[in-house]
Amino acid sequence: MTPRVGVITFPGSLDDKDAARAVRLAGGESVSLWHADADLHSVDAVVLPGGFSYGDYLRCGAIAKFAPVMGKLVDAANGGLPVLGICNGFQVLTESHLLPGALTRNDHLHFICRDQKLRIENNSSMWTSDFEVGQEILIPLKNGEGGYVADEVTLDELEGEGRVIARYLELNPNGSRRDIAGITNERGNVVGIMPHPEHAVEKLTGPTTDGLGFFTSLLSSLVNNGKISA
Amino acid sequence: MSIDTVSDATSSPKTAQPFAELGLKKDEYESIREILGRRPTSSELAMYSVMWSEHCSYKSSKVHLRQFGTKVPKNDSMLVGIGENAGVVDIGQGWAVTFKVESHNHPSYVEPYQGAATGIGGIVRDIISMGARPVAVMDPLRFGDPENPDTRRVLTGIVSGIGGYGNCLGLPNIGGEIVFDASYQGNPLVNALCVGTMKHEDIHLAKASGVGNAVILYGARTGGDGIGGVSVLASETFDADGPAKRPSVQVGDPFMEKLLIECTLEVLHAGLVEGIQDLGGAGISCATSELASNGEGGMHVWLDRVLLRDSTLSPEEILMSESQERMCAVVEPGKIDAFMAVCKKWDVEAVVIGEVNNSGRLTVEWHGQEIVNVPPRSVAHDGPVYERPYARPDWMDVRQSSGPDNLVRPKSAAEVKQTWLTMTGTPNLASKSWVTSQYDRYVMGNTVLAQPEDSGMIRVDEKTGLGIAVSTDCNARFAALDPYKGAQLALAESYRNVAVTGAKPLAVTNCLNFGSPEDSAVMWQFEQAVTGLADACLEMGTPVTGGNVSFYNQTGEVAIHPTPVIGVLGVIQDVDRRTPMAWQRDGEIVYVLGATRDELAGSEWAHAIHDHLGGLPPVLDLNAEMTLAEILVAGSRDGLFTAAHDVSEGGIAQSLAEMAMRSGVGARLEVPAGIDAFTFLWSESATRAVVVVSQDCYEKFVALCDAKKFPVTKIGVVDALSKSIELAGVFGESISLDIEELRTISEETLPRLFG
Amino acid sequence: MAIVVVDVALKPEILDPQGRAIVGALGRVGLEGVSDVRQGKQFVLNIDGDVDEAKLAQINEIAATLLSNPVIEDFTVQVRP
Repeated sequence: MTPRVGVITFPGSLDDKDAARAVRLAGGESVSLWHADADLHSVDAVVLPGGFSYGDYLRCGAIAKFAPVMGKLVDAANGGLPVLGICNGFQVLTESHLLPGALTRNDHLHFICRDQKLRIENNSSMWTSDFEVGQEILIPLKNGEGGYVADEVTLDELEGEGRVIARYLELNPNGSRRDIAGITNERGNVVGIMPHPEHAVEKLTGPTTDGLGFFTSLLSSLVNNGKISA
Repeated sequence: MSIDTVSDATSSPKTAQPFAELGLKKDEYESIREILGRRPTSSELAMYSVMWSEHCSYKSSKVHLRQFGTKVPKNDSMLVGIGENAGVVDIGQGWAVTFKVESHNHPSYVEPYQGAATGIGGIVRDIISMGARPVAVMDPLRFGDPENPDTRRVLTGIVSGIGGYGNCLGLPNIGGEIVFDASYQGNPLVNALCVGTMKHEDIHLAKASGVGNAVILYGARTGGDGIGGVSVLASETFDADGPAKRPSVQVGDPFMEKLLIECTLEVLHAGLVEGIQDLGGAGISCATSELASNGEGGMHVWLDRVLLRDSTLSPEEILMSESQERMCAVVEPGKIDAFMAVCKKWDVEAVVIGEVNNSGRLTVEWHGQEIVNVPPRSVAHDGPVYERPYARPDWMDVRQSSGPDNLVRPKSAAEVKQTWLTMTGTPNLASKSWVTSQYDRYVMGNTVLAQPEDSGMIRVDEKTGLGIAVSTDCNARFAALDPYKGAQLALAESYRNVAVTGAKPLAVTNCLNFGSPEDSAVMWQFEQAVTGLADACLEMGTPVTGGNVSFYNQTGEVAIHPTPVIGVLGVIQDVDRRTPMAWQRDGEIVYVLGATRDELAGSEWAHAIHDHLGGLPPVLDLNAEMTLAEILVAGSRDGLFTAAHDVSEGGIAQSLAEMAMRSGVGARLEVPAGIDAFTFLWSESATRAVVVVSQDCYEKFVALCDAKKFPVTKIGVVDALSKSIELAGVFGESISLDIEELRTISEETLPRLFG
Repeated sequence: MAIVVVDVALKPEILDPQGRAIVGALGRVGLEGVSDVRQGKQFVLNIDGDVDEAKLAQINEIAATLLSNPVIEDFTVQVRP
C-alpha cells in the first residue's frame, strides 16, 4: 500500500505543490490538508511546506501555530507521526515548540536564493535515513528569516544528542548558529530544515536530485517501522 | 461633508471647478461639459480626470499605437488580441498563455520599495483577470549612474520591493534586465512582466454583460492610497519641490494578493463569473467604466457600500483611490452566494457594489443621492486623442555623424586582455547575481531556465514537457542613435534570446519608456520606435499582443534615452530539449553563427571605456534573424547543441566569458581569419550566437547552416581540463584568461556598489 | 475605551541585524556615541470598555504566545491612561 503523505496548505503556502510533487516522485501518495480543517485524514506523515503561512507579518509561523489543523498535528507529532517542516514549515515547528530554537532575520538582512551545499550529520531520523552521515548534498535555499538561533544550552544539547541533521557547508547563508541547517526532535520523527529538498527532485528544474533523499527516507522509515507493508 | 450631486451640477452651472489642478486642460474640461450637457459633479470630474490622464487614456500615443492593430502579421496563435487586459496566445495542446509588461517608473522613484512592489502586484492582477494562473515574473530595470549615491537608494529599495512582494506571491522571478546609464538618473525605469497560463476554456474578458447581474468588489479594503497617484505621478514631470508635495504612495500587501490570486482563479474555474476586471490605476473609476463600456453599456453603483479602511474618505476619493489588491467581478444573481463562499474560504472581503443594467449610463449613488451619471464609453474609451507634433531633431545629425571610428582601440595582445578584464567588471556587463539571488526562482518547481540564461523558461505541462520561454531586451543606446532601428534591434535581440534556448518565438509585448510627449523630439522618437517595432513584427510574423506606454520620464529638458523594452514569448514542445548557455564537455566544437562587422556605435565598449555615444546602430536584416532563429530552434529540437548563447552587449568576448563562468570549464579558441581581434571580440553586430556542438553532430549542423545559407565560423573547442579561455590570433599572440579571475571581477562589482 | 500597548523586542543576547544596520546609519548621518540600537515592535490595542485584571491577564497571555516568541523575544504590557 502506498504511503499517504499529507501536505498542509496555509493561505500563504507557496511550495505546497512542490512538496506534493516530491512526495509523488519518491513513490508516495500526496494528500492535501487544509489549514482550517482540523483533520489529518489518517495520513502516514505530514509535510509543512515553505511560504508565508498567514503573510507572516507578525513573525514567521506565529499565526500558523494557532491553525485548526495544527492542534491535531502537534498531538500526532508527539505521538510519533513523521513531520517534515521545510523553511516556513521549520518556522512553524519551532513556533509550535515541536522543535527548539527559533528562526530569525538573515544576518545580512537580504532574502537569499542560492544553491546551497549541506553536509548530512544524522541519518537516524525518519527523514534522513537514506543518506550517509557526512554525505554532501546540494539543494536550493531561499529565505529571508532563516538564521537558526537557540541558547547555548540548547545548542549544546542538540549537538550532544546528534540532533543536528544538516549543516551549511562553504558558506553560512543566513547567520545560523553553528551553521545549523536542520534539526530533529529526540524521537527522530519531527525534522525541520531551512533549505528546500522539494526543489531538488528533478534534474530538469533543480540543481540536483539530492532532495529526493528526504522523501525516500520517509517511505523507507515507514516500511521499516511496520506502518506500511513493503 | 457636502456632496456635489447631479442635480446640484444641473442647478449651479457656473460653479468654478479645479480641473487644471486635476490635470485637465481647458478644452478637455469643456468637452466633458459638452458630453454631459452640464458641468460635471466633483465625482464625475474626478473620474474623467484620472481616466483621461496620459497614463489611462494613452491620449498622446494612441494615434501611433494603432499600427500594432493594422500591421498584424498572419499568425494563427492569437486567441485574444490587443485591447484587453493582456493578449492571449495559443501554444498548443489546449494551453494558452498571456503575458504583459507594465511600467511603474515614477512611483518607484518616489518610494522605491512600494513602487516596485505594487508594480508587480498590478501586472499580476492583469494576468489573473484574463483567467490565467500567473507562473513567472521578470523585471527589466534601468538605473542612473551606479556611482551616484541616489542610485543606491533607488536600486536597493526597488530590488527589496520586487523580492519582498514577489517572493511572497510564490511566483518565480526568471529574468529581466539591469542596465545603468546616466540618462536614467532622476528617472529610473521599473518595468514588470508577468506571464500566466490557462486552458483555452478558461479565458475571461473584462465586460459587464447580463442585465441584473451583480458587480462585486472584492479583496483589500479601500483606503487613501495613491489618490490621484496615476494622474499626478505618471503624468507630470518631477520638479525640485520638496517632500511636502509628494503624493501619497500606494502600499502593497503581497499576502492579500496571494489570496486574491487563489480566490479569483477558484471563482473563475467554478464558472461563477461573467466578467472580471482588476483595479489598478484609477481604481473604481476605471473598473466600473471599463466593465460597463465593454458590456451592455449600463451600470448602477452604490458607492457607500464600498468597504473602507478609512471612514473619512469622500466619494471622490473612493472613486480615485488606488488601494492595491482589489478586483471587480460581474456575477449572476444566482451565483452570488457561491462566489461569496469562495471569498470566505480565502478570507477575502467582498461586497456587491453595483448592478448591470441597460440604461446606457454609468450611475453612482452615495447614500441615496446621485453623484455620477455619465455615458461609460466617454470615460473609458472616448477620451481625448492628441496628434502631438513630432519632428526629427537637428541634433540627430551630429549624433549620427560622430561615430566611434576615432576612439582608441586596444592594439596589442596585452591591451586586449586588459580590456577584456575591465569590460567583464563594468556595471552593465558584471554578474547580476547579487540582485537576482534576492528573488525566488525555484517556487512552483517548473523553472527550467532562469537568469543569467538567455531567456526564462517555464514548464507548462508536466506530462508532455510543453513549455514557454520569455525574454525582455532593449539596448536604449541603439534607440538613441536611431529609434526606428533601435526598436527593431530590441525586438531582434529578444527574439534571438528566446530562440537560443530552443523555443520558437510566437508573440510580442512591449513597455515603451520615453520622455515628455510635449517635446516634439521625444514624440518623434516615439513615433519612430512604434513604427519600427510594428514593421518588424509584421515581417517576423510575431504579433504585438499588448503593451504599455510610459511618458514623462524626463527631468527638466533632459529626457531618458528612448527605451522600448520588448518582451518576446516563445514555445518549446519539450523542455527537456532546451539549450543552456554553459559549455561543459571536453572536445565539443565552438562556433559563431552570423557575421561580425566593425559595429561599435552604441556598444558597451564605447560606453564603458570611452563614455561615447554616436554613429549609427548595427545593421539588421530581419530575414537573417529569422533564419538564425530557425537554426537555433531546429538545432535544439534535433539535439545538435549542448550549449548556446546570444551575442549582444559586450560582444563575443562577453558571450564567451559568460559561457565559461557558468560552468567553470575552459576552451581553446582562435580569432577567425579576416577580422582583427578587437572587432571580433567587442563589435555588437546583430544576428549572432555562439553555439557548442558535439563531435558527433557537427557535420549535420554545418549542413543545416549551409542549407539555410547562414554564415558559420568554427572558433575552437571546449577544454574540460583547462580553467581558462585561451585565445589565439590576438595581434599575432595568444592570450589566456583565468575563469576564476573573470568570475571574481564579474561578481564583485554590484556588491561593491550596493552591498 | 482603553488603550493597551505591547512592546516586543529581541532578547539582549539575540543578534539584531536590523538594529546593527541602524547603528551604522546613525554614524553616517552624524549622530555619534550610539553604542547599540535594538529594533522592536509595538502593538497598540484599542479596547472597548475598561481593562480589568482579568482582561490584562488575558492580554499578557496573548503577548507571550502570539505577539512575541519567548524563545527570542521579551515583551512589556502597558495600559495607557
